[in-house]
Amino acid sequence: MPDAPRTLCGRLRGWGFVLPGLVWTLAFFLLPLAVMALYSLWQRLGMRLVTELSLANYRAFLAKSFFLESLLNSIEVTVTVTLLSILFAYPLAWILAEKVPPRWQRIGLALAVLPFWTSYVVRSYSWLLVLSEGGLLSTALQDLGLVDGPVSLANSRAGTVIGFVHFFVMLLTLTIYANLSQLPRNYRRAAQDLGAGPVRTFLHVILPLTLPGIMVGAFLTFVLCIGDYITPQILGGNRELLLPQTIMLQIARRSDFPMASALAMVLMALVTLVYLACARWLKLERV
Amino acid sequence: MPRALRSALPSPGSLAAGAYAALLYGFILLPVLVLVLFSFQDSRLPVPPFDGPSLRWYGAVFDDPRVMAALGHSLLVALGASAVSLLLGFLAAYGLARHRLPGARGLQLLLTAPLTVSYLIIAMGLLITFNSLGVPRSLWTVGIGHVVINLPLCFAILYSQMGGHQAQIERAARDLGAAEHQVLLLVTVPLLWPALFACFFLSFTFSWDEFLIAFLTSRFDVTLPVEIWSMLRSGLNPKTNAVGSFVFLISVALVLLLELVVFGRKRR
Repeated sequence: MPDAPRTLCGRLRGWGFVLPGLVWTLAFFLLPLAVMALYSLWQRLGMRLVTELSLANYRAFLAKSFFLESLLNSIEVTVTVTLLSILFAYPLAWILAEKVPPRWQRIGLALAVLPFWTSYVVRSYSWLLVLSEGGLLSTALQDLGLVDGPVSLANSRAGTVIGFVHFFVMLLTLTIYANLSQLPRNYRRAAQDLGAGPVRTFLHVILPLTLPGIMVGAFLTFVLCIGDYITPQILGGNRELLLPQTIMLQIARRSDFPMASALAMVLMALVTLVYLACARWLKLERV
Repeated sequence: MPRALRSALPSPGSLAAGAYAALLYGFILLPVLVLVLFSFQDSRLPVPPFDGPSLRWYGAVFDDPRVMAALGHSLLVALGASAVSLLLGFLAAYGLARHRLPGARGLQLLLTAPLTVSYLIIAMGLLITFNSLGVPRSLWTVGIGHVVINLPLCFAILYSQMGGHQAQIERAARDLGAAEHQVLLLVTVPLLWPALFACFFLSFTFSWDEFLIAFLTSRFDVTLPVEIWSMLRSGLNPKTNAVGSFVFLISVALVLLLELVVFGRKRR
């Protein structure tokens, strides 16, 4: 397919096209990662930056329960969010693809992802309006006589999880719907002709065929969720910290870039591990 | 029950499906509805009971020079970063799709690698690097960061759109005597126009909405999400609702525009 000149001159021209983007990526993506990796091996002692290579930050990470706990919190929250989002999004995607007449599907889908278009910070703030003390939820529960005093789900893990699930249900509905709507109708008919009921058809035909859509969505959810600072900071508060909050704390409060870099490296390693574990389902290289 | 009547009534399955969809749509749309509704609140707290409608908080937003400045900064950064991302992404995609380069596979991986790294890490890397090089934080550094996240997106989309069909049209143009830059500007760009528009638009929305990179790499001049972030410190406030609703309105208008320009053309 590449048909352009195979001469040296043509090849140089090809490089010329790629070069600007390549330089940008090297200078502002790869170099910063390398700098950060180097920083993670340095140390901040008092106000001084010690540029001697050591694993002290990583040792601190393993030794201080404060750091390990935030990693565990992050993993717990992320796994919970991923599972809940799949559970809620799958039926919605299925209803959209199967029960809604084709010409309404686009509108149904657009409506299902409408809050995507609010700004990220604003979306978390909107949940604060619903979940905080005196907010909509509290008022509604009180009016119904279900609770006595005002209740608040803000500043808690529940708040973080609700905010996250809200966003990722939209994302997963998109990926699963995309997968479902591409399934040929014949498969279902074939399964029925062969005597499978609706439940068996779903479990043995539809579900396995939509696994790629689920996996892509779940992977995206995991990566975006575990690296997010905004939602836990606004909705979860400071009572228990997730890893990105701990990282930001090192930067903003303590200006401890080396420790923050080490924690960021841990975060990156975790995401890479999950990627490698999912790689065979993701088939990203085909994209 | 007469047969006609039974077929007119929804089956229990459809009813359950409808109820589930209604519930989920409620969950998905609830925060946006609350946000917009209480932006019209008259009193000082955006919580029930609703005592509007009033436009006083929108007035407060448009009278706030900090918010208006942030809005301008956001527009500037988003336009600039999207234009650079689109240009670099397009050139790289063209180079890799139309020329046989050694190590093409590795180049592709490298160019799309930033998609797999969280914004927090990209932002931190830039912050630390700029810091140690003595580069002052400004809207420029925010823009640089936004190109880092949008370039891979533009590249990936455009690369996937440069199929063999277009290569043949380009070859025809070359055979007819067009120079390389003519092929690029008069053949490739017009053929890819919907994809180019979509890339620009996607980059724009990502940059417009991006918080972490903008937060860590800006200092005195900030973008809108960072300004909204600092407004959150005052707790629940109808003014924040008004800013949020306003941004939401702009985004929805942009989406409708995209729908009309890109998909409207395709359907015809």
